[in-house]
Amino acid sequence: MSATTSGRAAVETGAARVHGALARFSGPGELLRAAEEVRDAGYREFDCHSPFPIHGMDAAMGEKRSRLSWFVAACALFGFAGAVALQTWTSVDALPVVVAGKPFFSHVAFFPITFALTVLCSVVGAVVGLTFFIRQQYTHPVFHSDSFSASGSDDGFFISVLAVDGMFDREATAAFLREIGGTNVELLEET
Amino acid sequence: MQFDSQTHRFTDPGPFARIMLLAGIAGLALSAVGYFVDARQFFFSWLVAFTFWTTIGLGGLFITMVHHLTGATWSVVVRRIGEALMCALPWMALFAIPVLLGIGVLYEWTDPEAVAGSEMLSRKAGYLNIPFFVIRTVFYFAVWILLARLLAMKSLAQDAGWDDKRAHSLLTVSGPGMIAFALTVTFAAFDWLMSLQPLWYSTIYGLWFFGGAATSVMAMFAVTVSAIQAKGALTDVITPEHRHDIGKLMFAFLVFWGYMHLSQYLLIWYANLPEETAFYKMRWGAGWTAMSWILVAGGFVVPFILLMARGPKRGRSTLAAFAIWLLLMHWVDLYWNIMPALHEQTVILSWMDLTTMAGVGGFFLFFFWRWLTRHPLIPVTDPKLAASIRLVSG
Repeated sequence: MSATTSGRAAVETGAARVHGALARFSGPGELLRAAEEVRDAGYREFDCHSPFPIHGMDAAMGEKRSRLSWFVAACALFGFAGAVALQTWTSVDALPVVVAGKPFFSHVAFFPITFALTVLCSVVGAVVGLTFFIRQQYTHPVFHSDSFSASGSDDGFFISVLAVDGMFDREATAAFLREIGGTNVELLEET
Repeated sequence: MQFDSQTHRFTDPGPFARIMLLAGIAGLALSAVGYFVDARQFFFSWLVAFTFWTTIGLGGLFITMVHHLTGATWSVVVRRIGEALMCALPWMALFAIPVLLGIGVLYEWTDPEAVAGSEMLSRKAGYLNIPFFVIRTVFYFAVWILLARLLAMKSLAQDAGWDDKRAHSLLTVSGPGMIAFALTVTFAAFDWLMSLQPLWYSTIYGLWFFGGAATSVMAMFAVTVSAIQAKGALTDVITPEHRHDIGKLMFAFLVFWGYMHLSQYLLIWYANLPEETAFYKMRWGAGWTAMSWILVAGGFVVPFILLMARGPKRGRSTLAAFAIWLLLMHWVDLYWNIMPALHEQTVILSWMDLTTMAGVGGFFLFFFWRWLTRHPLIPVTDPKLAASIRLVSG
């Protein structure tokens, strides 16, 4: 009995790790508007959670344009150059075979494979690059919340502000989320 | 030029239509003089100008039918541009008359002696003969005009009051219309352009023709949007998001067009059959090589690389600049396909190339602009209009 009491007291005084704060909003429009408020308040390490994509959310959250397209362009160039080099080496140097009287280096004959390898490298680069640029993670503090687990992928619209953000403060951030229209505001605590 | 943002109409359409009409009349008059100077040059120049503007009208018909068939939302605010372009097609039928009059000059297969002297040509005579050619051209225009009239009339009727049944009937016209469009455009390309070299054949030729039409019509959309916004119309209705979508489609059709060109070349290069390679041998001789390079680099490679980025597609002046360039390249493409039949050795530009373009183009743009300014610039009753204005393209 006494052990349990002291355990609870430890949580209340802040010994348990708080990963962030979570607030629920009533719909996609409210979420978009709230995201702008959080962005304007200066928070950077926050995320919006909704059951479906919301147009305009990138701008509302102050997200910069992804650098993924440049990465894909580099992959495409690599595929293009690789295909030309591979075909030139095989058909001019390694195994020169006369086909229908065409020259060994026939750029026209190289088109289909060059095209295919460029596309292949772009697509593989896009998938691999995506997992890298979205900072793929396999868990998230929001999973500590019961209300998020219950409706986060169903009909709930949430904003989570993470504790790693320099501006995060248990009381002030929770109060701020309430102020901008958030309900069910809770701290994301390890349980 | 003034725009009423309540009715979405120009209260004063401005001097553009008048200038275009004058350019058209002057162009036709000078071209008529050209006919007496050099009839062969006149007919070939005319064919280039006629196919250039007809393909843009056909592109308008295509994009309008695609809009209805896919139930697109984004394009509601720019739909009227496509409709105005396709409504210039009936006037293009008039400009087909000189092609039919010049049939004996343009097409080798009309010469009975040439046909008698060639087994290939005499075997093709069942298809390539003057009466059947004229009937086919009349038929193509009948189909296009019927489709354009139906789609435009129903769309304009919606402005007085939206009717779901009528909206659905637009879909019913567009479905079979698309099949008819594909067949007529393919055979028009075979008849008007491919039969200039009657021994040569390429089954992908119709798709090349269509690719040029689709690229040019998106370019025409971009130029028109830029022009009407410069006049203060629809400035907050058509947004960078719509320009982005127009730019993306223009880019996509540009790639399609380039892909068709490459496919045609690749197969002919591989097979290396004399009756097929003759087409490229003509265009890769001393006088035509430079223009072939312009077509490859200027028509595809450079715009492909530059248009890939996001910025140029969203900016009003950058998109319009690319669009005008691609329209110019569409002309080069048609010129490169048609003119070697006249000037086999080398490119010989003629003043008639300019006057016929001005003559046909002046009238095309006059009728296009007149249609566009006489009706509301956007389909005001369309239930998807609000969603279209709010478009986020990404």
